[in-house]
Amino acid sequence: MTLEVKFTKLFINGDFVDAISEKTFETRDPRTGDVIGRVAEGDKEDVDLAVKAARKAFDHGKWPRMSGYERGRIMMKYADLIDQQKEELAKLECLDAGKLLALTKVVDIEGSADMLRYYAGAADKIHGETLKMAGNLHGYTLREPIGVVGHIIPWNFPSLMFFSKVSPALAAGCTMIVKPAEQTPLTALYHAFLAKEAGIPDGVINVVTGFGSTAGASIASHMDIDMVSFTGSTAVGRKIMETAAKSNLKPVSLELGGKSPIIIFDDADIDMAVDLARTATFYNKGEACIAGSRVYVQEGIYDKFVTKVTESMKSWVVGDPFDPHVHQGPQVDKAQFEKVLSYIEHGKREGATLVTGGKPCGEKGYYIEPAIFTDVEEDMLIAKDEIFGPVMSLMKFKTIEEAIEKANNTKYGLAAGVVTKDLNIANRMSRSIRAGIIWINCYLIIDRGCPFGGFKMSGFGKDSGMHALEKYLQVKSVITPIFDSPWL
Amino acid sequence: MATKNKMNGNSEDHSFEVPEIKIKYTKLFINGHFVDSVSGKTFETRDPRTGEVIARIAEGDKEDVDLAVKAAREAFDHGKWPRMSGYERGRILMKYAELIEENVEELAALDSVDAGKLFGAGKLIDIPSASHLLRYYAGAADKVHGETLKMSRELQGYTLKEPVGVAGLIIPWNYPTTMFFFKAAPALAAGCTLVVKPAEQTPLSALFYARLAKQAGIPDGVLNVITGFGPTAGAAVASHMDIDKVSFTGSTEVGRLVMEAAAKSNLKSVSLELGGKSPLIIFDDANVDMAVNLARMAIFTNKGEVCVAGSRVYVQEGIYDEFVKKAAESAKNWVVGDPFNPRVQQGPQVDKKQFERVLKYIESGTREGATLLTGGKPCGDKGYYIEPTIFIDVKDDMSIAQDEIFGPVMSLMKFKTIEEAIQKANNTRFGLAAGIVTKDLNIANRVSRSIRAGSIWINCYFAFDADCPFGGYKMSGFGKDMGLDALDKYLHTKSVVTPLYDSPWL
Repeated sequence: MTLEVKFTKLFINGDFVDAISEKTFETRDPRTGDVIGRVAEGDKEDVDLAVKAARKAFDHGKWPRMSGYERGRIMMKYADLIDQQKEELAKLECLDAGKLLALTKVVDIEGSADMLRYYAGAADKIHGETLKMAGNLHGYTLREPIGVVGHIIPWNFPSLMFFSKVSPALAAGCTMIVKPAEQTPLTALYHAFLAKEAGIPDGVINVVTGFGSTAGASIASHMDIDMVSFTGSTAVGRKIMETAAKSNLKPVSLELGGKSPIIIFDDADIDMAVDLARTATFYNKGEACIAGSRVYVQEGIYDKFVTKVTESMKSWVVGDPFDPHVHQGPQVDKAQFEKVLSYIEHGKREGATLVTGGKPCGEKGYYIEPAIFTDVEEDMLIAKDEIFGPVMSLMKFKTIEEAIEKANNTKYGLAAGVVTKDLNIANRMSRSIRAGIIWINCYLIIDRGCPFGGFKMSGFGKDSGMHALEKYLQVKSVITPIFDSPWL
Repeated sequence: MATKNKMNGNSEDHSFEVPEIKIKYTKLFINGHFVDSVSGKTFETRDPRTGEVIARIAEGDKEDVDLAVKAAREAFDHGKWPRMSGYERGRILMKYAELIEENVEELAALDSVDAGKLFGAGKLIDIPSASHLLRYYAGAADKVHGETLKMSRELQGYTLKEPVGVAGLIIPWNYPTTMFFFKAAPALAAGCTLVVKPAEQTPLSALFYARLAKQAGIPDGVLNVITGFGPTAGAAVASHMDIDKVSFTGSTEVGRLVMEAAAKSNLKSVSLELGGKSPLIIFDDANVDMAVNLARMAIFTNKGEVCVAGSRVYVQEGIYDEFVKKAAESAKNWVVGDPFNPRVQQGPQVDKKQFERVLKYIESGTREGATLLTGGKPCGDKGYYIEPTIFIDVKDDMSIAQDEIFGPVMSLMKFKTIEEAIQKANNTRFGLAAGIVTKDLNIANRVSRSIRAGSIWINCYFAFDADCPFGGYKMSGFGKDMGLDALDKYLHTKSVVTPLYDSPWL
């Protein structure tokens, strides 16, 4: 299968341009480790140009001054163009990130178009409020676009992450600079091309491919960017927030790591629970911030669960993500591949029991057999750290109080799953777990209408839903005295 | 020199009474008790009318913050407060508001001797507004709504808005009471527990509020107050690994440090209300006398120690000359003196450091070529009093036009067209507030839409209201105080999703 990589340059002010330094960097196919192509490597000077274009487009251009309805029409066209190109986009994304072709087409690419449409429909419904003041005053709030926004996108869901940030920002009337992850620059540049085709004016969306410590850092520290939205690791999230503080005090939103627990009660349907846990941990080769990497099973069904989940791994196929029979492609790159394997080693060394998988597989590329550990103690590294790979830590619990305590025993708070038929257990657990999204008898359900974002060190700020618009808006209060009015 | 209406510390007018001021509370308030700091250290707080020491207050540092956070964490994770209904929390907050009103004289006196604030204004405005705000949030506590969602598939989804946990509140010295409740009231209503770090210049009323909190029935550990300094106690709050959120009002420089510390520690979310250089734009159709009064009030209220001070006044050329004349006259009639004197409109600057800083800015104004229209000198032989000062012939790039002075210094400038006014208004890194004076509906609408600031006041200024969100754009920070929006700082949103089976309706 050959795939032409059409777009490899930075997209600034409506044009594809080389980096000022003319440097390029390679992006690799994780199935083999081979280089797919070279992409322009943006740095500070390129970010400066992009910000100049975005600032002009915001301060003087049409986009923020269009009605929300008109912005929505253009975003709808954009969504249509994505749908039309979904085959090519899905292939490109799979090549770059090792994602499964069949799923990517539907979940990631069509999902991106649907996300765009959701916010296209929201753009003309951005309401402020009139206030009930305590004196003779007329007061109202206006919700205005915050200005030039920087989006720093991770590599695990390149298109979905691109659109979960870009869509609400566009709807709000902002202009933006997108910095895709260096591991996965390809679809972002294609999306830039389609934006122009759809009629998004020059300068509104700019894409600067490059590395985090150069291009990404320039965005976080830029004096003329009004807000940064970041999804990625906790370590880099810290740097972004610090840099924002040191520069122009731009507000930031951070969606960071997770170590999300799944809690399976005795009354669960075991087969359903096994299936849920398996998908929760191994979906997208475990490269998901919400991966259900800690699985707690109540003692009544524990042994049966262990047997069944181990058995179920036999039908879990690791291989070429372009093959529709495969469930798990390669890890995104060599660094991640090695990191996951080292965690597996740690698990063994710390005394957990590796019941299945855990070895690299295939002679080329970055494939890892999905691993399940039992006899995991709470303080082991594999139970505390975000591994970001296909590694499940399976643990037993007795009482609901124990489950709650263990679920919350983490610095993260991104998501959690609860499997039970009991209404009261479900209500109690969902109220007790300190995480941003609680899935009851399901997992990985990301709906564009449902706010998504973590508690604690999983970050702050929401993607999806109407909440996501808040990040890209500012509230202005306008007050005038009222004279001779019989009504407040 | 003394104009007949200006008073100084040695004024002959002793016709007013200064209430007897007893400093009852001088220790840290942790877990429901007043305690010494772990180190035993104390620091002094001074009366800016004279520069003299009023009292010594316990000096909290990292170990004391640790104890406070422990108490707040226990109160949050295991105590009643977050698990009470919003209604019950509201009842207690209503009682708290009542107790504040019962003690209004004493509280206003504390803020006057600590911060040089007007005693009359404290009794009539500052303190009652704080209890009003408490009641506002008391009434909101049982109305914290999440939403049910319209999902795109067979899923039941809803959001819960839950208290974020232990909140660190860092309070400035210019409105010790107002700022205490701007932050504590919504945080309490939301069900959070708090560690409050009042400014070192003004610790007195905060400790009194701690006492009243306990009296009102707020459980031990829910509200803790650690007096002390920014680089020690404040920094300990910003960098604490077990504080879930920090809300800060103060200078832009310290705001940076708070956000950095939050990033370096546990990535706690922060909200910042920082400085301002707010413009007041007066159009030709304004009533000049009304505009002069408004402009005077906008810059000299609270001795100019207000983040939203209208420190840049732009007057359209048609009325400029008349305005300048009347402004100079009105500044001369603005009475500076002992804040306990009901005739006085402007007390002393809060401390020596601020006093010297303002005088330095006045000096730089002259040096940079602006014309001193009136005032500009310190007055009185004791304390930190400064004459209300107006500069004209100010250029936009002068430091008195760009920097936040935080004192009674007005920069008066002329403009021709509405486009020029908008451009000048926005020519600042800040974006806290702005005022517009005009009778014209279209000018009002256009200019209010064009200025990048968080509060736009049309034909008024300082129009704060409990229901109206307040917070800046740009480098004036992010996050809102007041209004229902402020609750969001102390809440986080949890989504709960369950599949629907065999249901005919989504």
